[in-house]
Amino acid sequence: MTPLLELRGLGVRYKGAVAPALEGVDLDLAAGERLAIIGESGSGKSTLARAVAELLPQTVIQQGTVAWPGLDQKARNGRDIGFVFQDPASSLDPVMPVGDQVAEVAHANLDMDWRAARRLAVELLDRVRLPEPALLAQAYPHQLSGGQKQRVAIAAAIVARPRLLIADEATSALDTIVQAEIMALISALVAEDGMALLFVSHDIALAANLADRVAVFRHGRLVEQAATAELVSQPRTDYSRALLAAHLGLHA
Amino acid sequence: MSTLLQVEGLSKRYRRGNQEVAALDGVSLSIAPGETLALVGPSGSGKSTVARILLRLVEPDAGRISFNGEALLGLRGAALRAIRANLQMVFQDPMAAFNPRATVAGLIDDPLRIHGIVGRAERPRAIATLLERVGLATELAGRRVHEISGGQRQRVAIARALATRPALIVLDEAVSALDVLVRADILSLLAELQRDEGVAYLFISHDLGAVRAIAHRIAIMDGGRIVEQGEAATVIAAPASATGRALVAATPELPVFKETVS
Ligand SMILES: Nc1ncnc2c1ncn2[C@@H]1O[C@H](COP(=O)(O)OP(=O)(O)OP(=O)(O)O)[C@@H](O)[C@H]1O
Ligand SMILES: Nc1ncnc2c1ncn2[C@@H]1O[C@H](COP(=O)(O)OP(=O)(O)OP(=O)(O)O)[C@@H](O)[C@H]1O
Ligand SMILES: [Mg+2]
Ligand SMILES: [Mg+2]
Repeated sequence: MTPLLELRGLGVRYKGAVAPALEGVDLDLAAGERLAIIGESGSGKSTLARAVAELLPQTVIQQGTVAWPGLDQKARNGRDIGFVFQDPASSLDPVMPVGDQVAEVAHANLDMDWRAARRLAVELLDRVRLPEPALLAQAYPHQLSGGQKQRVAIAAAIVARPRLLIADEATSALDTIVQAEIMALISALVAEDGMALLFVSHDIALAANLADRVAVFRHGRLVEQAATAELVSQPRTDYSRALLAAHLGLHA
Repeated sequence: MSTLLQVEGLSKRYRRGNQEVAALDGVSLSIAPGETLALVGPSGSGKSTVARILLRLVEPDAGRISFNGEALLGLRGAALRAIRANLQMVFQDPMAAFNPRATVAGLIDDPLRIHGIVGRAERPRAIATLLERVGLATELAGRRVHEISGGQRQRVAIARALATRPALIVLDEAVSALDVLVRADILSLLAELQRDEGVAYLFISHDLGAVRAIAHRIAIMDGGRIVEQGEAATVIAAPASATGRALVAATPELPVFKETVS
């Protein structure tokens, strides 16, 4: 089957950096597949996510290819790719009500008039479990809690029903209850729309519960990729074993 | 037992357009020197509002706070600055809290300079030591905050909070973006500082695994109130409140795969 996304020999070096942030990455993602990216801080996870969405600074030196065999044309941000950034507050416009920020994505990508887009935005804010969504839609980002901002960013990323959702630590500031609800919502979108998922997370348990496949990064290299069950029960590298062992569960 | 921080009857309402949000409704808590109190609760329950009030970034509508025996809410000017060296915070959103043009070294230098912690000549050494303590390579010192990864940024925020050797550090989701290995290192660094220097922590987190590893006591918030308080291990093992039970039940565990894949 043709993959949706195909990375070949992907390498990224930031301007002035001594070591590359990514090196020789080969990775495929099928339509409707859920792939988790895990690995230590600084291993290149966010760099990979940004390279896929062509959101790296102009000054980087990039090698290899990012191809979209599953699309007729180049992937467009917003419509084909929804992106939830690691730092949600920085992706929100501080002077625009949050409902309008979600509506804008729908208006621009779904050929919807503003009224319909605003209505859809409120529906999405409700689906990410924000309280009183119609009122909250009128709030500005600084009037929301950290987890509420993160949910607005998720709503904006999924409102246009993209082919690929890139979620970079998208639930890291959410309490476990809302986190579980968001995971269920994302899973439903994958099942209903065949949306593919690139799920960057430091939480191995969360990643393992959601993903079909897990890719482990270290020092800019892909050190292991396997079906989730295989990676969790039979990790092949010492590094994956160490990551699994360091998981702080509640029943340890 | 002596108390370092005593908070009584804290209330706060925010205006949002023509809506009133009751963010805090009579919150009381206390922290002893060298103790870790975890503050957990659903998103929007008021945790960061408590933190912002402690740091005097937001004024409460009602309530009293005593820190080190002083009435915190009455302090102004120099007296407030003096307290700030002793009461540091790691913000939930480090990117928004930092000047985007500042370098990593500059961010850590700020508290050292402002509070006169070490002389000018020793500051580069002090910065290098702090970076090393949080596991960051010194080559990051010259980078700007948008030129480092999310987890690296969280650790810069922690290094900055440690710089003044405060008596209390408020950590608002300070380890939430850290992978398990780095998080384990940071948690043991925090525990070590507590043992050696007697620093206390208000540890705000949704991560009950981390809470269980570091906190002595837990306070669970919901809807601006504290709904349950108790010893950390006890509360996590058998939460008495509905909120506590729901938070524990929703914590992801590693899935168990029955048959091994060959
Ligand atoms: N400046 C503000 N103006 C209006 N409402 C606000 C403001 N800041 C916070 N709120 C509201 O107050 C409530 C408590 O917010 P707070 O940031 O304390 O929550 P939190 O427990 O830290 O949540 P999270 O886990 O999502 O970070 C939320 O409903 C939030 O929307
Ligand atoms: N704009 C930049 N300029 C220079 N170096 C950068 C830049 N952005 C990131 N880096 C460096 O590239 C490496 C990879 O960063 P990246 O953000 O991809 O890591 P990550 O795996 O997402 O880490 P985390 O889990 O901490 O978010 C890090 O060492 C980081 O310091
Ligand atoms: Mg990252
Ligand atoms: Mg908060």
